[in-house]
Amino acid sequence: MQNNQTSQEIIKDPTPLQETWYNLKKNKGAMVGMTIILIFIFMAIFAPLISPFDPLAQIIEDRKTPMFTNGHVFGTDDLGRDMLSRLIYGARISMAIGVISVGISLVFGILIGVTSAYFGGIYDKIVMRIIDIMLAFPYILLTIVIVSVLGPSLMNAMVAIGISQIPRYARVVRASVLAEKEADYVLAERALGAGNFELMFLTILPNCLSPTIVQATLGVGEAILSSAGLSFLGLGAQPPTPEWGLMIASSKEFITNAWWIVTLPGIAILLAVLGFNLFGDGLRDILDPKMRN
Amino acid sequence: MNQHEKETLLSIEDLNFSFTTQRGIVRAVRDLSINIKKGETLTLVGESGCGKSVTAHAINQLNPMPPGHVDSGKIVFNGTDLLTLKKSEIEALRGTQISMIFQEPMTALNPVFTVGSQIADVFLTHQDMTKQEAMEKAVELFRLVKIPAPERRVHSYPHQLSGGMRQRAMIAMALASPNPGLMIADEPTTALDVTIQAQILDLLQDLKQHIEMSILLITHDMGVVAEMADRVVVMYAGRKVEEADADSIFHNPHHPYTLGLLNSLPSNKKYKGARRLEAIDGTVPDLLTIGEGCPFANRCVYQTGECSRSFPKETIISESHSVWCHNYQAVKTENRQ
Repeated sequence: MQNNQTSQEIIKDPTPLQETWYNLKKNKGAMVGMTIILIFIFMAIFAPLISPFDPLAQIIEDRKTPMFTNGHVFGTDDLGRDMLSRLIYGARISMAIGVISVGISLVFGILIGVTSAYFGGIYDKIVMRIIDIMLAFPYILLTIVIVSVLGPSLMNAMVAIGISQIPRYARVVRASVLAEKEADYVLAERALGAGNFELMFLTILPNCLSPTIVQATLGVGEAILSSAGLSFLGLGAQPPTPEWGLMIASSKEFITNAWWIVTLPGIAILLAVLGFNLFGDGLRDILDPKMRN
Repeated sequence: MNQHEKETLLSIEDLNFSFTTQRGIVRAVRDLSINIKKGETLTLVGESGCGKSVTAHAINQLNPMPPGHVDSGKIVFNGTDLLTLKKSEIEALRGTQISMIFQEPMTALNPVFTVGSQIADVFLTHQDMTKQEAMEKAVELFRLVKIPAPERRVHSYPHQLSGGMRQRAMIAMALASPNPGLMIADEPTTALDVTIQAQILDLLQDLKQHIEMSILLITHDMGVVAEMADRVVVMYAGRKVEEADADSIFHNPHHPYTLGLLNSLPSNKKYKGARRLEAIDGTVPDLLTIGEGCPFANRCVYQTGECSRSFPKETIISESHSVWCHNYQAVKTENRQ
């Protein structure tokens, strides 16, 4: 009996997570992207442990130290702050921006998308026209409006980016719910006594997660980029926060005599966004229902 | 009332169901009356689009409304008229007393959950028990519907099961109702190959004996009817055209459409005579433009002038056999020869 049970354990069918992981391992781009993301996440979590200096401490005599001198691997900026430490702490901020702003747009996007697709009718029409208006509004203008109402701060920039991205998630979710809600299994579960809430969020929504996850992964990269842009314009993080966009903005005049101060944060942004885009594209290839069997 | 006379579980009385479309009103079901007694299997037979599924879905109100609406009629289940119930009361009936098996085992299971957890969900919706208990019950049901290695299979996802196994899982799901008085099986074997079909039908027969349950079986396959039915209702273009016990339908059909259905079946007995299968000429009339006459008139070889003017009244052939045809006498004579 004991024996029998262990042999059953071994031939258990793979779960969707295992299948996804198996396919992901074969996709080189996605693996590169995932590695980059993991490195940034590691940096974000263990920033105080791995950064060699305090990111805010100004060492006046070491101003604009070039790379690999005086123990500053990536040099220092115009106020003598260690670039490597600032970049590592910057990862912490960028990851938080990505997660929080995408979180905001996901929650509202899903709520709006699922309900408008499920109930349809006039409600759907009104909601979708509002979404259309939001989409037609230039997002940078929308964020500037939000930030100018709430005041410039990193948190407000995240909220602004989050809100400005809601339409996109709402549309993605709505489209896939519209396709799924006519499926037989929805009728079957209704026939077995499931109510509206159950059908919307426990039956249909899990089937719409693949495109949403892909969109969210790509969205994290975009949110990082947007927040760097907002900070560069002075609408996001305020000095002395080691935010990458802000670091570029506050050192742009040194590009000729101390290139690393401007360039390194730019490369950090590039890598982070590239990582999320590679991973997102890889996920899309794997999770796309048309490519599954 | 004698001992053989069983109580009526469901009776549909003069149901008229129609859909409002852009092109006009489609009368999908017309003046339909059906009685199902406790423990009985009633089959609804007819070709695609004749209103079988609409009838079945009208019982637990799964038709999309609007555009669908009940124009008149009653659907009495266990003494209550379902059409007068509130939405929440209907929801409470679904999956408890009225259960349903769907046509497409490939699509009627939610692809992102394990089959076991979907069955457990039905238990959890209607009964007070822990997840663990619900899972154990799911394993029991899998054993009941004869899925091999049930402990392992409850953890499988639908795409990891074969068609036959999925259909069994569907049946198990329908049986998760605490008290399935009525099982509506909407073409439960259409998507399966013949050997699996036989197994599933045997299984249903078996279950019916275990659990005191009535089955409303919807099919277009006379072979399935022969296997399963106590009583048969033949539908054509939304109308009931013949109703009889299974024996009479096969050996003594009175409606030309029923006869046509039987003649289009391949048969072993006549194999030596190597006959061609007979098709019924013509097509089903458009339900939008259908008049008051017999809907089968334009395809019927026995048709007379009367047929296109009025729909015939019920003619009682025997206690358990009725037909709605102006010229059933002619059908009967020809059939005898």
